[in-house]
Amino acid sequence: MSDIAIRGVRKSYGRIETVHGLDLAFGAGEFVVILGPSGCGKSTLLRMIAGLESITAGEIAIGGRVVNRLEPRERGCAMVFQNYALYPHMTVAENIGYALKVAGVPKAERLRRIAEVGRSIGLDGLLDRRPAQLSGGQRQRVAMGRAIIREPKVFLFDEPLSNLDATLRVQMRIEIRRLHDRQGVTSVFVTHDQTEAMTLADRLVVLNAGRVEQVGTPEEVYHRPASRFVAGFVGSPPMNVVDATAAGPDTVTFGGLQLTVPPHGLERGARLAVGFRPEDAVPTAQAAPDGPVAAIDLVEDLGALRLLRGRLGGADVVVQTAAGTRHGRGPLPLQIAPSAIHLFDAETGLRLAPRAVRAAAA
Amino acid sequence: MQKRATFRNLWLASAFIAPQLLLVFVFFYWPTAQAAYWAVTLEPAFGGGNQFVGLENFRAVFADANYWASVGASLLFAVGCTAVAVGAALVLALFADRGLRGHRLYRFTFFLPYAVPAAAVGLTFRFIFSPDAGLLAGINHVVPGLWNPALDGNDAFVLVLLGQSWKMIGYNFVFLLAALQNLPRTTIEAAAMDGAGVLRRMWDLQVPLLTPTLFFLLMVNITDSFVDSFALIDVTTHGGPARATMLMVYKIYLDGFESKDYSLAAAQSMVLMALIIGLTVIQFRVVERRVHYR
Repeated sequence: MSDIAIRGVRKSYGRIETVHGLDLAFGAGEFVVILGPSGCGKSTLLRMIAGLESITAGEIAIGGRVVNRLEPRERGCAMVFQNYALYPHMTVAENIGYALKVAGVPKAERLRRIAEVGRSIGLDGLLDRRPAQLSGGQRQRVAMGRAIIREPKVFLFDEPLSNLDATLRVQMRIEIRRLHDRQGVTSVFVTHDQTEAMTLADRLVVLNAGRVEQVGTPEEVYHRPASRFVAGFVGSPPMNVVDATAAGPDTVTFGGLQLTVPPHGLERGARLAVGFRPEDAVPTAQAAPDGPVAAIDLVEDLGALRLLRGRLGGADVVVQTAAGTRHGRGPLPLQIAPSAIHLFDAETGLRLAPRAVRAAAA
Repeated sequence: MQKRATFRNLWLASAFIAPQLLLVFVFFYWPTAQAAYWAVTLEPAFGGGNQFVGLENFRAVFADANYWASVGASLLFAVGCTAVAVGAALVLALFADRGLRGHRLYRFTFFLPYAVPAAAVGLTFRFIFSPDAGLLAGINHVVPGLWNPALDGNDAFVLVLLGQSWKMIGYNFVFLLAALQNLPRTTIEAAAMDGAGVLRRMWDLQVPLLTPTLFFLLMVNITDSFVDSFALIDVTTHGGPARATMLMVYKIYLDGFESKDYSLAAAQSMVLMALIIGLTVIQFRVVERRVHYR
């Protein structure tokens, strides 16, 4: 168990910089998920921690020791890759035990530990098979076993569930979290799947285009997204975001409609983005005068809930209602509690804290 | 409808494969059949009718001690060249794959020798290994008479072996490097995470995963050393000194075109062909079991 400190880390390929000065600290025993769209630099960051990618600038310390110049094997990290990266010519047992073999662990002890790990990850009868004879889920287990047997200080996961089908993905997700709860090893998990991120993380790092958008618990990130990007990326379906203009200190307008928001000290004419979660928009029978009315054109019934898709103030929006409700296509008056409304600066995309004083846009 | 379409496809298919079939037939099956015919007949040196003699030509070939010597030399040559050419190419490819500075230039220059005709290789090696004027002449200054391929059979054998290997290294290198770069990068990285150093990763992962390519190169190199070494030997040693470099293919040439004994040469060709087929079968049966296909 070790903490990880990332100080001013940059990564450039030639003249193109992909990671722009990250400062992060992961506590010992913490399960950190790095979430971001593809190409945001999340895998690059993980590979820099692992030592598979050089660090252009800044430094990374694991357990208080700067590892910039250390080889991957000297860093005490174990990694699980997206495509499993098993050794195709070795059996499951040889795959799992390879690290011990390289480390010169005597054969008897090696076999004992392979059997032990094989049992703990449910690969008991499969130790003599080759990777080609295993299913995707079994291969991923072997990859996990290979990481576990080394008893590393840090687990690194590079989108390990992306190649699995939906059912298996949920199952492995639960197993990974249980494994962490049992062993308490510091884990860094990279994914673009926000459900994985929300369910696994003690702490979430949202990355976009090589910069940190937000760091916080899943709860914080979900309920107080730090930027328009985070709002639109986290959540399934994500938050609705509509461009708007301030009409008064606690009123915004968009598309001729009005919405009351908590007092933000808005200046008349300031350009903003208004966000609300699909579950926070409540259909009402009677529309308030000038209140928001969405034009619903598609209904998705998911069994436990219904998603009403349509347009509001020039943006695509989703309204989530309980199962059994009967709203169909057509105009749908909405009621949105002021406390459920998030405001973002139209230009910077940053979250506006209530009562912040904003200058009117020119 | 179905029938008609099939009929038209057949003609089209035939038209497409005809040029290739024609080439294979004219330059492979026809000469092979001709050689097989000559091998069981007696061909008069100055023309005229052939006389059927059954296996008499083969009996004459196998009764000749010189022939068995050439078989031995050919086998030694094949094993030696293949070991040197594949081994050296493997080492070069493993290190070029590390992405050393200028590896594109290496790749280009390493492949060049394969584009050089064997006769030109031979000529070059004659100069380089010339005992009195070449690069190795220095050895003779220190230990006089140590290196002289014109007099010493072993020296001559080493000379042609190096020439043939040098020609094949680049070819092998290109195949091995391409295969190395096709290996999944994360597998190698996983081994790095597992604590294996560079050399350990080469030995435990890259070489086993290269076995399909190595197996292919093994067959190509062995076959090439049997059939393609003619020009090299003709330019450097002429099979000498004292028959030390008299490989099977060169003996066929000497017997057929110098001694004008077509029948004897044809019989030897048949034996050589059978030997290569046999070796290939053995390799598929024995060696391929150790190949890891992904």
